[in-house]
Amino acid sequence: MESIGVLMVCPMNSYLEHELEKRFNLFRFWTVPEKSAFLATNKNSIRAVVGNSSAGADAELIEVLPKLEIVASFSVGLDKIDLAKCKEKGIRVTNTPDVLTDDVADLAIGLMLAVLRKLCESDRYVRSGKWKKGDYRLTTKFTGKKVGIIGLGRIGMAVAKRAEAFSCPISYYSRTEKPEIKYKYYPGVVELAANCDILVVACSLTEETLHIINREVIDALGPKGVLINVGRGPHVDEPELVSALVERRLGGAGLDVFEHEPEVPEELFGLDNLVLLPHVGSGTVETRQAMADLVIGNLEAHFLNKPLLTPVV
Amino acid sequence: MAPENPSHPSENDLPYVLILKPPPSFVILGDHFFNSTKFRFLKAYESPLPLAHFLLAHAQSVQAILSSGGAPVTADTIRLMPLLRLVVTTSQGLNHIDLSECRRRGIVVASAGTIYSADCADSVVALLIDVLRKVSAADRFVKQGLWSSQGEYPLGSKLGGKRVGIVGLGSIGSEVAKRLEAFGCSISYNSRKKKPFCSYPFYLNVRELAANCDALIICCALTDETHHLINKEVLSALGKDGVIINIARGPIMDEKELVRCLVEGEIRGAGLDVFEHEPDVPNELFALDNVVMSPHNAVFTWESFEDLRKLVVGNLEAFFSNEPLLTPVVLDDQPHFSG
Repeated sequence: MESIGVLMVCPMNSYLEHELEKRFNLFRFWTVPEKSAFLATNKNSIRAVVGNSSAGADAELIEVLPKLEIVASFSVGLDKIDLAKCKEKGIRVTNTPDVLTDDVADLAIGLMLAVLRKLCESDRYVRSGKWKKGDYRLTTKFTGKKVGIIGLGRIGMAVAKRAEAFSCPISYYSRTEKPEIKYKYYPGVVELAANCDILVVACSLTEETLHIINREVIDALGPKGVLINVGRGPHVDEPELVSALVERRLGGAGLDVFEHEPEVPEELFGLDNLVLLPHVGSGTVETRQAMADLVIGNLEAHFLNKPLLTPVV
Repeated sequence: MAPENPSHPSENDLPYVLILKPPPSFVILGDHFFNSTKFRFLKAYESPLPLAHFLLAHAQSVQAILSSGGAPVTADTIRLMPLLRLVVTTSQGLNHIDLSECRRRGIVVASAGTIYSADCADSVVALLIDVLRKVSAADRFVKQGLWSSQGEYPLGSKLGGKRVGIVGLGSIGSEVAKRLEAFGCSISYNSRKKKPFCSYPFYLNVRELAANCDALIICCALTDETHHLINKEVLSALGKDGVIINIARGPIMDEKELVRCLVEGEIRGAGLDVFEHEPDVPNELFALDNVVMSPHNAVFTWESFEDLRKLVVGNLEAFFSNEPLLTPVVLDDQPHFSG
């Protein structure tokens, strides 16, 4: 298989690079100075693309790779892949579901706790020596707070299961109501936001869910409400969110993703009701290895004409 | 002058409750926080007299003390108050009260009961996720503008599947276990005695518990037996990949040894709400990203303080009405802390 060209579009994991190099002819796209020339030269040997949450395979890239057979994403999200184009051209697509569900759900709860209990601010308070002058102020209890989840897929359900252990009543919004689920369903995001204390974005990014968190939703969530985003940056109308937080119209936020990563609006840096993370939802040694093994497993299966492990298309 | 209505005594007839130092709620929310129409407070801290003189001059008929962690009730204090019958504390811990002297004198102690258990357990989970997933460190990274310049943040460690060892499976320890099970953690514990009807594996020895877990959580009371319970041996058994969380009392850990282990990378990390000499914290910890620290505020929420207000006022009003206390402590069960 060493002659099969695999194009990795951005750096994501050195173990993955190492393992792909052992099996395939790996091209590291980010090290190439003249990308168009490179593609023109190598287009006939590239049969696979490996992408992640930052970069995948858009229509433009797919068009210039006539021998492309499979796009394997080092992520569960597929928003950087032109799925319609892949379907049209018979290109297979795989992702990394399930192996990262726990980590993302854990982080969502970690963000809720950190925002409500001001844990990062408490840590800053101790490190700055301010504790010698007096106690830190009161924070908000997490147990029993109403948690509203947008998207009750694998990650949404995992968040719900954890929040239930804190006696949090769970409600949700989804494209369709799930009658077998005991949680309260709201047919609209604004209604969900108006009826919960903590709103969690856990759905996939599609045309329908772009800016699903807009001014109306933020207003419904209100000055005591908290937004947690472990989905994708573009789920949130970021300028609206920033002004709501700066003007204290929204109670707080825990954000792992942003519209233009790694750029984060600087107006957010000084606020004490925010926790900001650099897209680390699946960022553990254990999970990234499992994700890498899935990417490798899917590529191997494809080129050995075996069933794909986690196909999407 | 019209005779006073006996069911509405004037302020001057109300029984006194002695306060040696203002509890945290007075400092944060004002000294009217525990007001009641059934008693009034005698604030020793507002007097210029040394405590012994104050007690001799003003507290000879006082029957109740409202204590907090920073306002210990010592044998000396108790001996200067011949009519003392009740100590109510705002804290979860009882280590600041001379329980032996209370038992000897037949003085009843009323605790915080279980009002703080949820918030404490939430703090444990918050600290544990923070240490394993580097939440506070990554938040600092982003807010210092380093994400765009320095790129990808170092990977953390998965919480799911971790073996959690709880030292002290009381109300708080049980709430911790219930929460962490939902994250896919397995639970084992050490306690003074094995708990009947509890299916978690029990270890009689803290060192053995530490050797068999990935995250050691301290949820026990501070007593003579638990002072420096977490020592070099236990930390060594916990090992390089182990994490320790302490929301109980600083002196349960040998702090010097803990700091040494953290600085030298002999354990993975620590989440600490309490320290041996609060509010002083060892400076060496400030340079470490694998330590998360909070200023002894695991129960400092609006909700817990409101629950505390109802409980303290409820206990004191019950006492002065000769009704059963809401949260009396059974003193025979309590081991002593010499302080």
